[in-house]
Amino acid sequence: MTTLVMDASRMARTIARIAHEIAERHRSLETLAFAGVRTRGVPLAQRISRQLAEIGGVEVPVGMLDITLYRDDLMRQPVGPQPLVRRTEIPFSIDDRRILLVDDVLYTGRTVRAALDALIDFGRPKAIHLVVLVDRGHRELPVKADYVGKNLPTSLEQSVQVRFVETDGVDEVTLQGEAS
Amino acid sequence: MSTTNEPATLRGKHLLGIADLTPEEIVLILDTADAMKEVGSRAIKKVPALRGRTVVNLFFEPSTRTRTSFEIAEKRLSADTLNLAVASSSVVKGESLADTVHNIEAMSPDMIVMRHASSGACEFLSRICKSRIVNAGDGMHEHPTQALLDAYTIRSHKGRIAGLKVAILGDLLHSRVLRSNLLLLRKLGAEVWVCGPPTLMPPGIERYGVHPTTSVDDAVRDADVVMMLRIQLERMQGLFFPSLREYFSVFGMTPERVALATPDAIIMHPGPMNRGVEIDSAVADAPNSVILEQVSNGVAVRMAVLYLLAGGSEA
Repeated sequence: MTTLVMDASRMARTIARIAHEIAERHRSLETLAFAGVRTRGVPLAQRISRQLAEIGGVEVPVGMLDITLYRDDLMRQPVGPQPLVRRTEIPFSIDDRRILLVDDVLYTGRTVRAALDALIDFGRPKAIHLVVLVDRGHRELPVKADYVGKNLPTSLEQSVQVRFVETDGVDEVTLQGEAS
Repeated sequence: MSTTNEPATLRGKHLLGIADLTPEEIVLILDTADAMKEVGSRAIKKVPALRGRTVVNLFFEPSTRTRTSFEIAEKRLSADTLNLAVASSSVVKGESLADTVHNIEAMSPDMIVMRHASSGACEFLSRICKSRIVNAGDGMHEHPTQALLDAYTIRSHKGRIAGLKVAILGDLLHSRVLRSNLLLLRKLGAEVWVCGPPTLMPPGIERYGVHPTTSVDDAVRDADVVMMLRIQLERMQGLFFPSLREYFSVFGMTPERVALATPDAIIMHPGPMNRGVEIDSAVADAPNSVILEQVSNGVAVRMAVLYLLAGGSEA
């Protein structure tokens, strides 16, 4: 069973709201920068950045973070395929900046843990804030998002799919599987 | 976790040679190397991917570049590394290769990177031990990571491999670099010309689907890539050509000969170079020479190989 959680216009409004919240909480946008977690954290970060440019007239730079080499499940099994590694591109210094770490779905918190480790290897940011489009619960690590598009109660059997035009040809969030 | 956990797998447990790789596997290694290259450009050039893994670098032949490159690659992936050079090992006390390796295996390393003077030594090792084996050059057989870093360098300049004209000149007979490069370049669809004196032309080289010639001009004309191979003086017990000076005058890569290639051709050499033998200093140090880039790309490519093999298949 597949349920549509967000369609394109709902998604656009949610992203606009997140951008307004960011603008509200940060007096100066000049010291901000986005780090989008590959794959879908990147288009999300770019969209929020575009919204911020309209609101505050400031271009907040967007970097891409691939967290594969920092995953805590790498090398846990003696054999088995490795996850695909993609390029990380942080084309600005993160030292003393406030970094908005962006991912599409917050679930166990393990991706965020890996992303924090990856970011720290690039410097010492003034602060790191977490931005997610969907928080589906079931945390396994003490991680909490600062900006949440939508809190979505789910069961462990369900899966959440976020799709963006840039990566998937369509803007939508869907929920698959039965609620328990 | 995000939903993009596409697996990246090599079918084999080991990297013994380019001969065992499919074109898709080669591209996977090059793409992974692209991500690894960025790690080397950071302030902190280290990722935790191979934390807790032990890699033994077992070098039975002298090597500075390749051994250093592997060691840096291993350290950037956070593996624990151990270097064993033959001069300081028990091999000089008469121990066999199998015994040496069984003793190393008793200390349970995860990977062994080996260079050996005998062709097939790595394949032999892969049959008798549990660790993953990476061939860092075996005799006159293969040197797969060199061919991979050459391909990576070519691709980063030309955007592709397929359809390029690649001229490879020098000591074709003794070169494991040549063999690995021919296999790789042909698998990815390059047009390859090989050139050297008849005495250094391996019999049956046409089987690789390449154009052999003794004319430097024919090989280099309109080439996109000009790759020199070292004249391996240490492997030449016989006389293959009258003198080094004569070799240079007939086969040495000079600016005049490079001028026959395409205007944006790149110059490559796996090193170490014999300046004034196979390559003129003016060519080696020219702006279109990517010889030092090959060295830096070597680290990224070796990181990719180590990372991909550390997962490995069920085989």
